[in-house]
Amino acid sequence: MQEPSVHSVTLNRELCKGCINCIKRCPTEAIRVRDGKAIIISERCVDCGECIRICPHHAKRAVSDPMDVLNNYKYKIALPPPSLYVQFNNLDEPDVVLAGLLRLGFDSVFEVSRAAELVSEATRRFLQTSDLLRPVISSACPAVTRLICVRFPQLMDHILPLIAPIELAARLAKDEAVKKTGLPREDIGCIFLTPCPAKVSAIRAPIGSKQSEVDAAVAVKDVYPLLLSAMKKVGQVEYLAQSGRIGLGWGESGGEAAGLMTTESYLAADGVENVIRVLSDLEDEKYHDLDFVELNACSGGCVGGVLQVENPYIAKAKMKHLRRTMPVSRNHLTDDAAALVEWDDEVVYNPVMELGETRAERFARYAKMEEILETLPGLDCGSCGAPTCQSMAEDVVRGFSSVNDCTVLMRRRMEAVLRALGKDE
Amino acid sequence: MADDSIRLHYTVPGDDFTRAGEASADLKSRMKKLGLPPGAIRKVSIALYEGEINLAIHAHGGDIDVEITDDEVRMVLSDQGPGIADISLAMSEGWSTAPDEVRSLGFGAGMGLPNMKKYSDEFDIQSAVGVGTTVTMAVKTA
Repeated sequence: MQEPSVHSVTLNRELCKGCINCIKRCPTEAIRVRDGKAIIISERCVDCGECIRICPHHAKRAVSDPMDVLNNYKYKIALPPPSLYVQFNNLDEPDVVLAGLLRLGFDSVFEVSRAAELVSEATRRFLQTSDLLRPVISSACPAVTRLICVRFPQLMDHILPLIAPIELAARLAKDEAVKKTGLPREDIGCIFLTPCPAKVSAIRAPIGSKQSEVDAAVAVKDVYPLLLSAMKKVGQVEYLAQSGRIGLGWGESGGEAAGLMTTESYLAADGVENVIRVLSDLEDEKYHDLDFVELNACSGGCVGGVLQVENPYIAKAKMKHLRRTMPVSRNHLTDDAAALVEWDDEVVYNPVMELGETRAERFARYAKMEEILETLPGLDCGSCGAPTCQSMAEDVVRGFSSVNDCTVLMRRRMEAVLRALGKDE
Repeated sequence: MADDSIRLHYTVPGDDFTRAGEASADLKSRMKKLGLPPGAIRKVSIALYEGEINLAIHAHGGDIDVEITDDEVRMVLSDQGPGIADISLAMSEGWSTAPDEVRSLGFGAGMGLPNMKKYSDEFDIQSAVGVGTTVTMAVKTA
């Protein structure tokens, strides 16, 4: 499903000190330290960005596009997510942010929150008509969807088969621009202002669609200083914003679920560890009365994205202020848009956590793994480069590591040798 | 394939409710590493979770022995608890002897044993009042 190049999260080897912060934090045990440097196991990485957050040396970073990517297109469309607006202070309306984007060189803006209102409506219809297993799990956070694909095979049949608002925004914006300008599609660039690396990866390796209409992604933290000064130069503010409370709500945890309006039977969880707990309990059917589950890998939802500038909880307070006088929703689903929003590509389980290819191999490796685990100290110190003794044992049976990498065992052997030589003390 | 089978043992403490569910979570993660079918993992984790709750609530704790073979997962839950006087009554949906404090935690709806049976491909229960209860469940994986 994924090739190494599709990941946004990457390592700067120069800055990496080989400490164990990231390997301990990774929700899919996708990082090891080898020869004093971290390496990312590509097929396991879900681009959640936790390692970027935790790395004290700034060795992990999210690769996104630079602002001059705009030069690649004759007609440039900015796709600002709702969480962008609340990065700024003293904002009463989103209009000034949108006007600032036009000053930065974009020819038009298409708010992702507009498409979000359409996805809300499509989800509402879907819940009424579909017999998909309940609860239906949101597919809007690409890190969560990939996490399910890697760790929760039983829940694959619960994932909402609708594209994310960002993708729908790009499709609608591009169609609109083709009509308006008469330019060929490839001359029109849809540029997303991204809060997180997972959404960058979802452009390169789309979930549920064969190809993304988003052409580039510029990190919010990169556009922020430019946009801030452009916003200061905005004089008369035009009414550019075209979304309501539901659309803006998608920028924070709980907003997507609350925007369904037709059910109160939902759950919203945020932060990758909380998400894993909920998914694990969903597997055991502990919440079978729920209709809908919204999960965001980042604490606070998209406002907590690792490429954002503002503290997510302050951003949430600003969101409340910004939404206070907005209409509930300003975008309504046409039949054309309804057809665009459905997945047209399969999303499949990616069994990278399994111990081997065949059942015989997996059983044999499991037995071997248990033997190895018996000999390991069980300190989960991470010094061998694997996050736990358990994952070390798995690495050994996969042929990816050696028991000799255990520094605790090594030290015990050294001490035994020293004692034998009579040099102890 | 008998000698290839994987044996696991869990002890469920009777005095600590918050730990019920650890055995099913552990078994679930092992079954995933073994690449067993998602449907079977689901049945095992639901059935065993119910069993753990029963051991914690009714039996003051107990033991779980698991054997994973080439074609099934077999779980034996045994306790030295009060035993069940009328097994067919206990097996009926909605019948419960759980105390109020347990119900206030959301447990004790009288679905434990019926669900354990529902999610097992093979189910057996033996019980004697004052001696204890042994439940055997098997889920097919092939």
